[in-house]
Amino acid sequence: MSTIFDYRCSEKVGGLFPELDVPARGVEHLIDSQHLRTQPLRLPELSEPQVARHYTGLSKLNFGVDDGFYPLGSCTMKYNPKLNEAMASLSGFANLHPRSDVTRSQGALQLLFELTEFLRGIAGMADVSLQPVAGAHGELTGMFLFKKYFESRGEPNRKRILLSDTAHGTNPASAALAGFSVTEVASDEFGMIDLKALDEALDETVAGVMLTVPNTLGIFETNILEVTDKVHVAGGLCYFDGANLNSYMGKTRPGDMGADVFHYNLHKTMSTPHGGGGPGSGPIAVSGTLIDYLPLPRVCQKNGQYELDWDLPNSIGSIHSFYGNFLVAVKAFAYILQLGDEGLRAVSENAVLNANYLQERLKKTYLLPYDGLCKHEFVLSGQGIADGITTLDIAKRLIDYGVHPPTIYFPLTVREALMIEPTETESKETLDRFAEILEAVAVEAREDPQLLHDAPLNAPVRRLDQTQAAKNPVLTYPFDEKPA
Amino acid sequence: MRYIPNTSADRREMLASIGVSSIEELFADIPDLVKSRFQPLNLPARSEMEVASIVSEMADCSKSTDAVCLLGGGIYDHYVPSIVGHLLSRSEFFTAYTPYQPEISQGTLTAMFEFQTFVCELTGMEIANASMYDGATALAEAVLMAERIRKKGAVAVPRSLFSHVRRVLDTYCWATEIEIHEIGYLPDGTVDLKSLPQELSALVIQTPNALGVIEPLAGVKDTIGDALLIVSCHPLSLGLLQPPGVFDADIVVAEGQPLGLAMGYGGPLLGLFATRKEYLRQMPGRVAGRTVDVEGKTGYAMAAQTREQHIRRQRATSNICTNAALCALASTIYLASAGSAGLRQVAELNLEKAHYLADGITAIDGYELTFSGAFFNEFVVNVPGDAMAIHDRLVQAGFAVEAPDTLRSLGLENALRFAVTEKRTKDELDRLIEVLGESR
Repeated sequence: MSTIFDYRCSEKVGGLFPELDVPARGVEHLIDSQHLRTQPLRLPELSEPQVARHYTGLSKLNFGVDDGFYPLGSCTMKYNPKLNEAMASLSGFANLHPRSDVTRSQGALQLLFELTEFLRGIAGMADVSLQPVAGAHGELTGMFLFKKYFESRGEPNRKRILLSDTAHGTNPASAALAGFSVTEVASDEFGMIDLKALDEALDETVAGVMLTVPNTLGIFETNILEVTDKVHVAGGLCYFDGANLNSYMGKTRPGDMGADVFHYNLHKTMSTPHGGGGPGSGPIAVSGTLIDYLPLPRVCQKNGQYELDWDLPNSIGSIHSFYGNFLVAVKAFAYILQLGDEGLRAVSENAVLNANYLQERLKKTYLLPYDGLCKHEFVLSGQGIADGITTLDIAKRLIDYGVHPPTIYFPLTVREALMIEPTETESKETLDRFAEILEAVAVEAREDPQLLHDAPLNAPVRRLDQTQAAKNPVLTYPFDEKPA
Repeated sequence: MRYIPNTSADRREMLASIGVSSIEELFADIPDLVKSRFQPLNLPARSEMEVASIVSEMADCSKSTDAVCLLGGGIYDHYVPSIVGHLLSRSEFFTAYTPYQPEISQGTLTAMFEFQTFVCELTGMEIANASMYDGATALAEAVLMAERIRKKGAVAVPRSLFSHVRRVLDTYCWATEIEIHEIGYLPDGTVDLKSLPQELSALVIQTPNALGVIEPLAGVKDTIGDALLIVSCHPLSLGLLQPPGVFDADIVVAEGQPLGLAMGYGGPLLGLFATRKEYLRQMPGRVAGRTVDVEGKTGYAMAAQTREQHIRRQRATSNICTNAALCALASTIYLASAGSAGLRQVAELNLEKAHYLADGITAIDGYELTFSGAFFNEFVVNVPGDAMAIHDRLVQAGFAVEAPDTLRSLGLENALRFAVTEKRTKDELDRLIEVLGESR
């Protein structure tokens, strides 16, 4: 794989920026030499066609949702409408400075205000902050709210967060970053929160629980009201990880289940898209108990004008430079506006239908550890497919068939897990084809296991040595290395 | 629905093969009590064309984009080359997930590796991560990292830090119980390093600072004992200025927006984060590393993942997962297009034009530079009379200028801050000088 640094650098190309149109005073006269760069930069000097070819070439080594089926569990890799991109590049949004006077940013503020209203309604909760810019950032903000809440109630001893053994890794990491200790509560034989274990863990040192509904096995916690009641009775708060919102929009709402904080992943559920790892947007919704602590600033409406409210003395403060990932919010707004209630419901219904349809078919070939109704995703196990074959082998073989592998080895409670989330934007035809592929791979696993061990064979690279990357890390281009 | 391919016939067939008679049965596991509380948004479905029209109308109401922009304070009106947007809109880039399957994510991973290299080149540091959310959270994470390494429970932070960065830092430090010692500035606008507290995990320096002044970094590291030196900087200024790595900085962060990102009302932005090799295990965020496949062919994969949340859960160095990958790609394409010469040129344009405006303004009676320290593309001037009135006059004349409140919070009365980028023309700057001259 060539990097941009491997091209033969020509002489200075120029042409991006104009000549100086004011009298030059000279850098040396404006800045003391102690501040000036002495080592020349080693950026490549390339013509535009070279740059265009290089990055177009890199893009072809990637696999995106537009390339094919992407059933990555927990990640909601749905189709990203092209309208989103067009709306986010409108000049009145893209070229708006965040320090612009509010009287001159009314359109942007109106959009933020209305998106807040939409999201509040979708979650059925008291208020929303659009400031967090990723799911994990929303979680962290939520944990800060928990901390502030107990601080202001004079209960600093509430230092423990309970979470399920099926929780996303970001949950414990976010709780720990906010200064909480983490206690794992085992799930029961149906993959749900074990109420007895929850009772045992709840005491006056517990700040709250972090729940994922439906959980990462794709199972809806039928006891959800008992769980949130128990936590509230014990004086704790309930955090809902919203990674799985795609399974119940227009059907039910976290606010109706006892959530105190809920985070959205607009880059998943609201199609904004994921960008190869961001930028995302992770707004949070809160119950009435926590409104006063929401991040600064809030967008509000006064006398027919939209304003930024900075005067919130109990706020946890700001958690991002300005108002969150505004251009991502624009995309989510356009998406929700297009769907309306009917579309939101259709999204979840078809996401759940697609998942159950695939689960029903694939459980005949693959082990389904938790058999029953699933929501938008389900978890199979690669165990028992063939001797010596791992889930990693299965995943890599799927690449050869032109589909993106599911999430693997998560959740941790399922051995050799394959976590499959088809989303609503896939056709029955695509699902049938995917099922055929997985069935064919199961046959190959028994008849020609080496094929799976060697996979992928058709990808831009074969299986990569990730231990070498860990042991002797090369994290930047070695300019001094002789070309091979 | 436009984004759902299933037909009603498909749905019937699928329900039959699942063995249920209706979609509703698939939601039977949601308790009835919960379902009974549901309320819709009362929002009709709309066509793409209607939505395009509604949202475009809102964008047109954000009128300040017509004004000549002299706003700064961390986000700047820089030129974004056309190639950046065109390459970013390759759907293989923007519709991919985090590169968990490296064999089909070599595009993203190679670009991450290039990005890390660019960040190290600019900052003069040994390693860099593949991006943070923004410059503010990058600095907050740098402070947390310094605290993990030194464990002194306190950091020193200049008063002349951008206000939005300080607000975020305050929140993170409150939550993690790190004490902030604020340090003031000298009459020339540089940070006052006399009487620094003894027990510090880190000293934070921002250069150019919120007053526009370039901080002298030489020798600073020697005066702070074993505290880490964290430097926050403007990435374009590094086309001209000595990188912080030369002055022994331990962590360098920056807001990457000037490198090919739209201002976007403040988001998405891009956090740059670089440090020393020895601190790799303490560094937050994703990192791409070079490796080989089973045939010995070079490829890239995520490296040092054992620091990360999906492996280490509550013992991870950070909770960061989704970051700003596409923004990092934008800045990578920007730097690849500009090259060393282009980056130096754009930095010089900023520097010269800012000084041209400063010279013109301070030639008017009653206007003077507030600080004598060197500046890059942003500066503060004392104005004669009411700064708000002068601000309003400039706004009426078609300029976007920052209201004086931010400077007031830094203890500066009757002062205005101007940022000048390569996009400002001599005509625009002359007109601004003229308006100020007339208003005397």
